[in-house]
Amino acid sequence: MTGSIAAIGAGLAAIGAGIGIGQIGGHAMDAIARQPEAHGKIQTTMLIAAALVEGAALFGIVVALL
Amino acid sequence: MAEFKADFLLNMNSVLPKLAHLKQLFFIVLVLLFSMKVSAHEPTEPDSLELVNAKVATEHKAADHTKHEDKVNIQEVAFDHVLDAHSWHLWGDHEHPVSFPLPVILKTDKGLVFFSSGEFHHDTHGKVVVEKNGERFVNYKEDIYYASESENAEGEFVEFAVNEKGKNVVTNKAPLDFSITKNAAQLIFSAIILILLFTSMASAYKKTGVTSAPKGKQSFLEPFVVFVRDEIAKSNIGPKYEKYVPYLLTVFFLILINNVFGLIPISANVTGNIAFTFVLSVITLIVTNVSANKAYWGHIFLPPAPKALYPILIPIEIVGIFTKPFALMIRLFANMTAGHIIVISLVGLIFVFQTLWVSPVAVAFALFIDILEVLVAVLQAYIFTLLTALFIGSAMVEHHHEDSHEEAGAH
Repeated sequence: MTGSIAAIGAGLAAIGAGIGIGQIGGHAMDAIARQPEAHGKIQTTMLIAAALVEGAALFGIVVALL
Repeated sequence: MAEFKADFLLNMNSVLPKLAHLKQLFFIVLVLLFSMKVSAHEPTEPDSLELVNAKVATEHKAADHTKHEDKVNIQEVAFDHVLDAHSWHLWGDHEHPVSFPLPVILKTDKGLVFFSSGEFHHDTHGKVVVEKNGERFVNYKEDIYYASESENAEGEFVEFAVNEKGKNVVTNKAPLDFSITKNAAQLIFSAIILILLFTSMASAYKKTGVTSAPKGKQSFLEPFVVFVRDEIAKSNIGPKYEKYVPYLLTVFFLILINNVFGLIPISANVTGNIAFTFVLSVITLIVTNVSANKAYWGHIFLPPAPKALYPILIPIEIVGIFTKPFALMIRLFANMTAGHIIVISLVGLIFVFQTLWVSPVAVAFALFIDILEVLVAVLQAYIFTLLTALFIGSAMVEHHHEDSHEEAGAH
């Protein structure tokens, strides 16, 4: 087995980001389906929440790189 | 102060035709300056016999190196592109680089030392010693140290020791390094561009007035400015938002332009440098806490909770003052650096596999990630500004949200 445990940590952080942003996207799509006229605000809020979740995942990746 | 500003702008109007010529002249001079100083490194001819022997010996070593370096080290290439450097490397590999040197400014015990980083002759392994005023400096992995008296087995003038984590660290002392490195030069360049853009925009507003439609670069930048002022500042900070709009605009456009420059291959990676994002988040911390009102400090030191929880809550609140800007810093740094490393690694796959058939796949992936990175560049600038506005707004919120607690209770 080559590689280091840091790589496993980075992979787990990426899984966390994937799950988080996937859930945000899914709920955003439900919300748009319920109220199509609010799709602008929902899309903006979704992007903001996605950037915040990705920030948290990148914490893990930075620690893995160190 | 306002009259002074108005007079200055009105005088700028009379000077405006000359200003346009001046700007063109400035850009031409800048381009000429950069193109003149670009130098290609070429091996020099030795003339005496022992130098010829030394050259043959180094050629043997170089041949061994190239055989060894058939295995390209992508990690080294990626970190070279992402980290700071004392000279601006444009393109070319280690044998024939095309780069131009930047000034090195060091503060030693004897005072300030200036020299050009060209005196290191593209060496980053501590093998070339520059001597100034009796002090000897060496460049090891883009950190400048005082050179050791004698070189070690690999010709490097630095000494290593193994620290408690088991990693090799350099034990030479280092002077304080205030050099104009690649990131510093890039920051100065972006700052000049932003100053030129926005002062010309402001003077154009003074000339044509706010009532007529904007034209030219005004019409490109004005939606951004209005967006930051209305959506970010006014809705998050509340009534006293106008004081903070200059800072928010500065943060937004500075991060945006440096993110975009970081995506260009020849350019420097400023926002991926943790020192730059650290400074921005420290300024946010200062602005937030200086503009905070008593309700904010009241919530931190006397939180609305049973007194038995104070030993737990107060440290958490105090740490919370610092973690919010810390998260801002890490988020911007990690997003930018990770994106650049991914693109470099994908293109580097072509060199690792050393076949041409990997290139369609690698370039397609790299293109996709690069487009995503453009989105991330704009989004991260927006997020940093939005969160800064949110923190400032939450520090200035008035105390009457206690009433809304009671209203919610009454429901």
